[in-house]
Amino acid sequence: MKESYIKEKIEDSIPGTSVKITGDGVHFEAVIISESFEGLSTLERHKVVYSALGDDMKEKIHALSMKTYTPTESMKGELK
Amino acid sequence: MKEEIKEFIENAISKDLVVLFMKGSRDMPMCGFSAKVIEILNNLNVPYQTYDILSDEDLRSGIKEFSNWPTIPQLYINKEFVGGCDICIEMSENGELAKKLNN
Repeated sequence: MKESYIKEKIEDSIPGTSVKITGDGVHFEAVIISESFEGLSTLERHKVVYSALGDDMKEKIHALSMKTYTPTESMKGELK
Repeated sequence: MKEEIKEFIENAISKDLVVLFMKGSRDMPMCGFSAKVIEILNNLNVPYQTYDILSDEDLRSGIKEFSNWPTIPQLYINKEFVGGCDICIEMSENGELAKKLNN
């Protein structure tokens, strides 16, 4: 599993989203910035991403660590 | 999901206030993410129950479906699904987890 595949799948499935991702083929860490996160809790944001990845999450991706921000949050310097 | 698994999970999250579905046990977590949540719970100094999903394939697939969440660990507080490792870390850092447990 390539990082670029996960990045594209998330970006293609959720409009207005940009993903930065690193990983070793099974474990990944992603910073996801999306307009669609506006008004959602962290739990809801993670569910949106999981649902974008669908069965890949069950089968191919062992672990995906996520930080999720709206564009406004990311500009406020809340990126860690 | 098998009815008996659903009942098992419902019973598990009703019986104890804080419940962690994890890989391994609290003394020997079998995955770094499960270990991290155990560390967070231990630091909060609250009683909690754990269930090892590695020893029960039905529970492993059942809890994912029950919570509509594809990964383990999964934390429940007062019958409510709180989240996985990332969310536990975030809520531990911003104090929300401690607040939730004090209510």
